[in-house]
Order: sequence, then C-alpha cells, then structure tokens
Amino acid sequence: MSDHHTHGPEESSHLSEMDIRVRALETLLTRKGYVNPAALDRIIETYETDIGPHNGARVVAKAWVDCDFKAWLLSDATAAIASLGYTGRQGEHMVAVANTPEVHNMVVCTLCSCYPWPVLGLPPVWYKSAAYRAKAVMDPRGVLADFGVTLPEKTTFRVWDSTAEVRYLVLPMRPDGTDHLDEAQLAQRVTRNAMIGTGLALTEAV
Amino acid sequence: MNGVHDMGGMQGFGPVLPAAHETLFHADWESRAMAMTVAMGAAGQWNIDLARAARESLPPAVYLSSSYYEIWIRALEKLMLERGMVTATELQSGQMSTPPVPVARVLNVQTVDAALAAGSPTLRPSVRPALFAVGQRVRACNMHPQGHTRLPRYVRGHTGTVALVHGSHVLADRHVSRPLPPFESHAEWLYTVVFEGPALWGDAADPQTQVSVDAWESYLEAAL
Repeated sequence: MSDHHTHGPEESSHLSEMDIRVRALETLLTRKGYVNPAALDRIIETYETDIGPHNGARVVAKAWVDCDFKAWLLSDATAAIASLGYTGRQGEHMVAVANTPEVHNMVVCTLCSCYPWPVLGLPPVWYKSAAYRAKAVMDPRGVLADFGVTLPEKTTFRVWDSTAEVRYLVLPMRPDGTDHLDEAQLAQRVTRNAMIGTGLALTEAV
Repeated sequence: MNGVHDMGGMQGFGPVLPAAHETLFHADWESRAMAMTVAMGAAGQWNIDLARAARESLPPAVYLSSSYYEIWIRALEKLMLERGMVTATELQSGQMSTPPVPVARVLNVQTVDAALAAGSPTLRPSVRPALFAVGQRVRACNMHPQGHTRLPRYVRGHTGTVALVHGSHVLADRHVSRPLPPFESHAEWLYTVVFEGPALWGDAADPQTQVSVDAWESYLEAAL
C-alpha cells in the first residue's frame, strides 16, 4: 500500500478481514440475484479506464482554446460537458468555476464525498479524508500549502462545498508559455488536482 | 443529524496528506465494494439520500475509524438488512437461506453503461417562483433535525448572499421519508449561498476566504 499515511484505519490484517467480508457479500448478493458479477466487472473497468480525470482535462483544454466553448461551459456546464460525451452518475448537474489571477476556486464535500465522477472519475483518498473535509472550508490556503502550492496573499479563496446534487469543476488558469501547444498537448498540462482546486495546471510538460 | 460526518471546520485531523503514488483501489475488495454499492443503488430499493443517511448514522466511532469504502460496505449491509433483503446470518456465511426480495432492476453487462451515463438527475419542474434571487442576503436556519439534512452545521445561523439559483431539486431531507419506492420526491428551489470567511470563523479566518454551500429554500430565511 503506497499511501498508508492517508489510509490510517486500514492495517493489513484489517484489509484481509474486509476482503473476506466483501467476498462473502458479493457471493450472497450474486446468489440472491441482486447483482451480476460481470456487471460489477464492467463498473470497475469503466472507472479504471473510461471515466477519469482525462475527461475533465479534455474539457479544460477545449475551454482554453475555444472562447465560445468556455463561455458555454461557464454558463451551462452540464450541456457543454455533455457535448463532449461526459454525462451521468454524480455529474447530472454540473457547474464550472474559472480561476483568475484574483480568485482561486476549491471544491470539497464536507458531508460525504460528492465529486464530479463523469469528468474526474472516482475521488482520491485525500478528498474523502476527514482532514480535507474539515480543513478546506476553514483554511483553504493552508490546504493548498499541504499540496505544496502557495498563491499571493491578495488572492481570494472561493470554496464550493458540494452539499446538494450540483457538482463543481474548477477551470484552472492556462499556464504561461503554452501558446504553441495544441488542445491535446494542453490537456496533458491539466492535472486532476487543478480541476479540484488543490493544484494548478502544469507549466511544464511531464 | 448533527453527526460526525458533518466535518466542515472540525479541527485536529492534521494536514491533508496527498499520496505520493496514488492507486484507484488499494485492494480488490475496494473495487468490489464500489461496484456493489453502485449496482445495488441501481436496484432501486433506496435512493442516494437514504444511502447517505445509512452512512451518517453509523456509530460515530465506527465512522471515524473506518476507511471510506468500509463505510460504504457497512452502510450497504445495513440498508439491505433493514429491507429484509439479506439476514445477518447470510452476511456472515455468504450462503443464501432466505429467498430474495424482488428489486426494480438488476444491472447486467449490457445495461451498465447506459445506467451510469444516465445517472439520477434531481432537477424537477418548478411549481412556484423562487423566493430568493441572486445577490439577496439570506440566513441559514438554526435547525438541528434528528434526521438526514444537507445543511452543514458550520453555516447555520450565519448570513450569506445568494450567488446561483439552480432550479428546483429533490429535497434531501424529505427524500429519506419513505424507506422504499416510490420515494418522496418533493422538490424545492436550490441556491448556492456564499458566506464570507470571517462571518463563519471569526478572527481565525483568512479575510480573503469565501465559502459556499448549496442550500434548499427551506434551509434559508431572508436577511438584511
């Protein structure tokens, strides 16, 4: 386990206990006819390969190069994002919020783990952690520092707590020195954290 | 419910610790837990707010000491036990000893993609005009319901400004009022309300911070 620091409660013995418990549950639900194991495989495959932050990165890169799309994204994100084929579960009602030199947006769900699945996939462990849910609304500048990012003191932090079924996507600022890049290359600069607001778009290719 | 799930502004959890090397799932059981939770949600015997209520009402110490997918599994078992879909003995053994309960839908490989792509929109036609408008000052009610609510404690009693009006959405608090379908789907106007950091946190706040929540109309009252 690579990130045991963020995964405190799960010691390895505990993991195997959960492994047994979840296997028994799947066996039971399958025998009862409530779930179909192949459908479960397909759900996992979807979120491992098809649906992830690469979707959101495509949305952001398009907004960076296409003013009309950006305007559409900021006025009706659900429709603009759907036009690229990203719809559905945990992204039924989307709002996109743009970072500017004056305002930095950050998205959290203090009550559970609401997250825009169609554009970002499944949330990372830290997004669901007590530390993030507790701190983001009180000290977003400190949260950003936890991610190693510092913004000027005059920057306003605008935190969006996803308490209903509206899901938020941060449109990060396009990095300087990227005028020569095409849309696909720009998408490579868009990190998942930049679209949550706990990071910035990359100034250099990785 | 004033539960431990309502974490905004709590202190003592330490810094946020991003993982150096992230993986989507840390063990096979996590991916199966996620998929079973999604699939059983699609079965239609509860809705998203009933699922949230089941997670939030786990014993506080259990909630705080469980990983997120463990919370999901505990809540999934609870939801099925409450509806007689499984028994405690069956959960222990994995062996079926009681007949299944009919469910609205069982996802299969052919129907998964469409189900995920459709989701469960909560927007409903508005039956009356919105009470509040963008720019209006509103106060979050000082309410402490025993049941499920989506108004976090840290904004209650505080005054903010309406920033967005989202149309009428199914009200979470009433979405849980019937445990089985057809669910109560009363909808209310939903607003994004922005609060100044110092209004919420006093001197502890960075004055350059603004925090919004999405609040249904019945969570709010007009303020000066």
